[in-house]
This record gives sequence, C-alpha cells and structure tokens, in this order.
Amino acid sequence: MTEKIIGVMRIAGFNVFVPVIRLIQGENRDEQLKLLWRTIGIQGVTLGVFLGLWALIAPQIKTNLGQVPGPAQVWEQIQSLSLEYRMETKNRKAFAVTEKARVEQKRAENPGLEVKMRRYSGRPTFLDQIFTSLVTVFTGFLLASLVAIPLGVLCGLNRTLMSALNPLIQVFKPVSPVAWLPIVTMVVSAVYTVPQPWLEKAFIISAITVSLCAIWPSLINTALGVASIDKDYINVARVLKLKFSTKIFKIVLPAALPYIFTGLRISLGVGWMVLIAAELLSQNPGLGKFVWDEFQNGSSQSLARIMVAIFTIGLIGFILDRIMVTLHKWVSFGHGTAGA
Amino acid sequence: MAFLELKNVSKGFGEGAKRVSVLKDIDLCVEEGEFVVILGFSGTGKTTLISLIAGLLAADQGEILLKGKPIVEPGPDRGVIFQNYALLPWLTVYGNVALAVNYLFRDWPEEKRRQHIEKYIEMVHLTPATLKRPAELSGGMRQRVSVARTLAMNPEILLMDEPLSALDALTRGTLQGEIEKIWEENRKTVVLITNDIDEAILLADRIIPLKPEAEGASLGPAFDVRLPRPRDKDNFNHDAEYRRLRTEITRYFLELQSLRRVEQTAETIVLPELKPVSLAG
Ligand SMILES: Nc1ncnc2c1ncn2[C@@H]1O[C@H](COP(=O)(O)OP(=O)(O)OP(=O)(O)O)[C@@H](O)[C@H]1O
Ligand SMILES: [Mg+2]
Repeated sequence: MTEKIIGVMRIAGFNVFVPVIRLIQGENRDEQLKLLWRTIGIQGVTLGVFLGLWALIAPQIKTNLGQVPGPAQVWEQIQSLSLEYRMETKNRKAFAVTEKARVEQKRAENPGLEVKMRRYSGRPTFLDQIFTSLVTVFTGFLLASLVAIPLGVLCGLNRTLMSALNPLIQVFKPVSPVAWLPIVTMVVSAVYTVPQPWLEKAFIISAITVSLCAIWPSLINTALGVASIDKDYINVARVLKLKFSTKIFKIVLPAALPYIFTGLRISLGVGWMVLIAAELLSQNPGLGKFVWDEFQNGSSQSLARIMVAIFTIGLIGFILDRIMVTLHKWVSFGHGTAGA
Repeated sequence: MAFLELKNVSKGFGEGAKRVSVLKDIDLCVEEGEFVVILGFSGTGKTTLISLIAGLLAADQGEILLKGKPIVEPGPDRGVIFQNYALLPWLTVYGNVALAVNYLFRDWPEEKRRQHIEKYIEMVHLTPATLKRPAELSGGMRQRVSVARTLAMNPEILLMDEPLSALDALTRGTLQGEIEKIWEENRKTVVLITNDIDEAILLADRIIPLKPEAEGASLGPAFDVRLPRPRDKDNFNHDAEYRRLRTEITRYFLELQSLRRVEQTAETIVLPELKPVSLAG
C-alpha cells in the first residue's frame, strides 16, 4: 500500500513527500529525516531567504502608487481578495433568491407571459478571472493540439510535406502573441458578426491568439517524434499490411506519444504565458485583465494585488506543468529499454 | 517449381562514388516445407537478404518469386522474426501477439481470436508472462514473444534473422530445441539466418554459406544435412556425420577468409614476400 502511494507520488514528481510518508510509516528514522532535510528543509530555507530579501528591499523603492509592497502587504491582499470573493458569493446567492421570487411572482400574475431570469451583473471576482483564464487557455490549447497533432503526424510520415511546411513553421514560430493580437482581433470582429451571449468575442480572440502561439511546439515535436520512430515498428506495420488508420492509431501514435507529450507540455506553458499577455493587452477577461484593471485603478493596494496575481499565475503555470509532466511520464511507461 | 526462388538478385546502398554493393547475383531455390539455413559472417548482408525476401527492401536487379509470383511488397504470408525482436514496448505480451491476430483475422469471432492468441503464447511457454510488457522480460522471453507473434500470423514461410544470436549459450540451446519442435509440428518453409555453425547443423535441411566478396556477397555451395530428426545436440560430438559436416563447413569458411585476406592485401599494399597460408590446411 505504502509503496503504491509512493509510486504515484514519484510519477507525479512529488518526490519531496516520499520521506514524509516513510517517516509516518516509521521506516529508518534517521535516514528519512536526513532526506527530508535535504529536500523540504533546503527548499524552506530558500523560501525564507527570498521572503527576507523581498521584505528588506521592497520598501526602499518608491513608486507613484506608493512603496513596492512586501510580503506582509501581499498577504493582506490575499485575505482581502478572499473576503471580496466571499462577499460576492453571498450577494450572488441573495440575488438569485430575489430574482427567483420576482420571476415566480410575475408568472403567477401573468401565466401566459414569458419571463426571463436576469443575469447577475456584479464585478467578476479574482476567482472568476482565474476560471476564465483557465477555460480560455484550455480552449486555445485544445484548438492548437487538434491542428498540431494530425499535421505533425503527417509531416513526420512524409518528408515532402515536412520540407514544404518547414519554412512557414520556422517563420511563424518566433512571432510574439502581441503581434498576432491586432490581426486576430480584426479578423474575429469581421467574421464573428452576430455574437452569441454564451460565446464572447473577447474569449474567441484570446483563445485563438493562444493557439497561434501554442501550435508550434506540439507540431514540431509530433513531427520529430513520428519521424524518429524505430524503423522496426514501421516494418511490423508493413509486414502486417496495416491499413493507414490502424497504422496511425496502433503503431505511430503510441510510439510517438512521449515526444507528443513533450510538445504538448511546452505548448501549454507557452499558451499560459501568451494568454496573460493577450488578456492584458486586449482587455479580454481573465487574470491579465485583472492585472491591467488594478494598474489602471492605481490605489495604494494595486501593486500588492498585482503581486497576488503574479504568484497565482506562477502557481497555476507550475501546476499545469506538473500535470503535463505526470501525463508524459505515464505515457512513457514501458517505452525505453524494450525497443532493442 | 520451387516454393521460393531468387534469381540473380543484387542489392546495393548509396549513390555514385559512395555506392556499396552488398549482395551480388544471389540464386536460391527453397522447396516447400524445407528448412534452409543461411550461414554468414557479421555484416555480410544477411539482414539485407531477409529484407529482400520479406519485401521490405526492393532488389536493384533480379527477381524474387514466391510460388511463382514476384514479391513487390511485404505481406503477412511471409512472417519475419526480426533480428532485434521489434516488439512494441507499450503493449503486453498478449497485446503484441493480439495486434497481429486481431488485424489479420478480423473476421473471426472474438473468442476464436483470443484462443488463437493464447495458444501461441502457450506454445512458447509464456502464459505466466501474458500481461507483462517487453521491458519486464528477459532477452530470451522477448525472442519467444516475437516467435509467437510471427507463428500466430500463420505465414506460409518463416524468415528468421539471427533469432538467437543475442542470447546466452544456455537459453540459445533451449530455444533451438523449441524452434526445431515447432517446425516439426507445422512443417512450414523456413529460411533462418545465423552465424553459428552448430545452430545451422542442428536445424537445417540445407546450409548455404553467404560468401563475402568485394563486389557484394553471393551464396556458396550448399551443404545438405542428412542427420535424422529430432536432433540431439548433446550426442553430436560422437556422431561421425556431424563431425564430417562441421569440419567441411569450417574449412570452407576458413579458406574463404584466407583468400579474402590475400585479396585485400593485394588491393591495398603489395607485399611480394607474403604467401597465402591456408589456416585450415
Ligand atoms: N539502409 C542501408 N543503407 C546503407 N547501407 C546499408 C543499409 N543497410 C545495410 N547496409 C550495409 O550493408 C551491409 C550489410 O548489412 P546487413 O545488415 O545486411 O548485415 P548483416 O549480415 O545482417 O549483419 P549483422 O550480422 O551485424 O546482423 C553493411 O555493410 C551495412 O553497412
Ligand atoms: Mg543482420
């Protein structure tokens, strides 16, 4: 049982917690404590030094919006944001109750009439912004993957296609999201003329910008992975005379999966970075907009709130990366020594 | 008409000045149900020859006929056992065999396919390892999975490329016995490639040496093996026929080697005093 938990933790990259579990199980105490010190202990010290330096240096810098906030001010804002969130939730619930009562009353008065529920129009909370950003990044990432993986597989299988597309890939790959944004905005505005309430224009623009930047790492890695599949596996497919789709799903994709996931991991990372920039510049909802709003707001708490956003962005990026690493390790299981 | 026929087959790699001719004027006839062993030094083009018969490579010149029809592409009628097993590492033993069976016999009912797969896993004694992946298996076990996968395809001819050369002597001995037994049961046509004389004598109806030459390897004179089956390796040393064959084949290869050495010397540096010495003589 213990070994199972430890195995899962190792795959997920949480080696740090392994000694804790062993310690709880009472396995050779001294050694585990030493291990614990070498991982968690040292990381704790680093964190302490960082917080100390930050607290020391930050107040020295004066800006138009007051001092650069130290750890204490940021902690305050975390609490204030969470308080705001709780208030908003309460308001929202209250609104829902009154609105329901209103609608029911109207219906009772006027049975034939169609009565619509009004939507709550309060300000989005910090948590709402996080949620919007996550939905947007996953949409963009999914769009990018849907194009990148099939195209990458074809490129990897077909040298001609690869050399045909290579110049385009090389030119578009280094383009920054900021450059794409105006064009995407104009094109989406031109094409998406009848906006639906459930699909906001800003959301589409952000998602497409994300995909335009996230597509390349997945595409390149998939093509590379497919092109470097062990020739023996392809020979197996040839001897069995597998038809194209079977060959792709039974041989090519599984063989290239570790490469594909390396690409997807980079893509998701790029997508997350790009998204924040896109939201900030285009005022699309999400964490980027939160940062921009606070900057415009210019109150004495703004800088501290922006810092909260920065840590949140970093933390979410880290979690997304861990998820991708875990998936990557999981699909790479069994690959390796068995090839030869 | 021979079952498998190679006529004047040549194959080389590369272009222009860098071109190397690997096989030159290969002629070979294999009868149905025959066990032919091709014996050759490392790097002489054994894998190239098997790939040509399998249809994985196309010959530059000449013709390869299977039952009178030219071979143009690979197909499941020619089961290849690859030199390095070519197992798919993400599939279990069962999965590797099932990939071939489920595709080739997709019109069979599921239960029949499952039994077929299990039968061949059983045949190579891997039933306890059915759900293991190749990375968890020893070299000999991987080799057996590869054998099971190929046999389960029910090919008309088996092409084995040094199936046992990566194994230790002990495992090798056991698997040689198993290959002979399986062949006795099925009487499939087999072309097996090896660099081990004893293995060749143990398994073959006919041994054909692959003779390396500067302009590409070709096949030497065949040695018929008329030892009764099943053959027992342990009693070989006392068997006159076995010893005669072994000496003859060894001498052939040693002469080949010394001739080659002279040729190479003559090509590069001229040393007039050097006399060719036949090691076998
Ligand atoms: N695809 C290729 N391109 C260029 N040269 C090749 C190719 N395949 C084989 N050769 C060359 O042909 C020669 C014979 O190769 P082959 O793999 O057939 O030898 P082999 O007898 O199977 O060797 P081994 O005993 O090591 O398995 C080698 O010199 C090799 O360099
Ligand atoms: Mg070889």
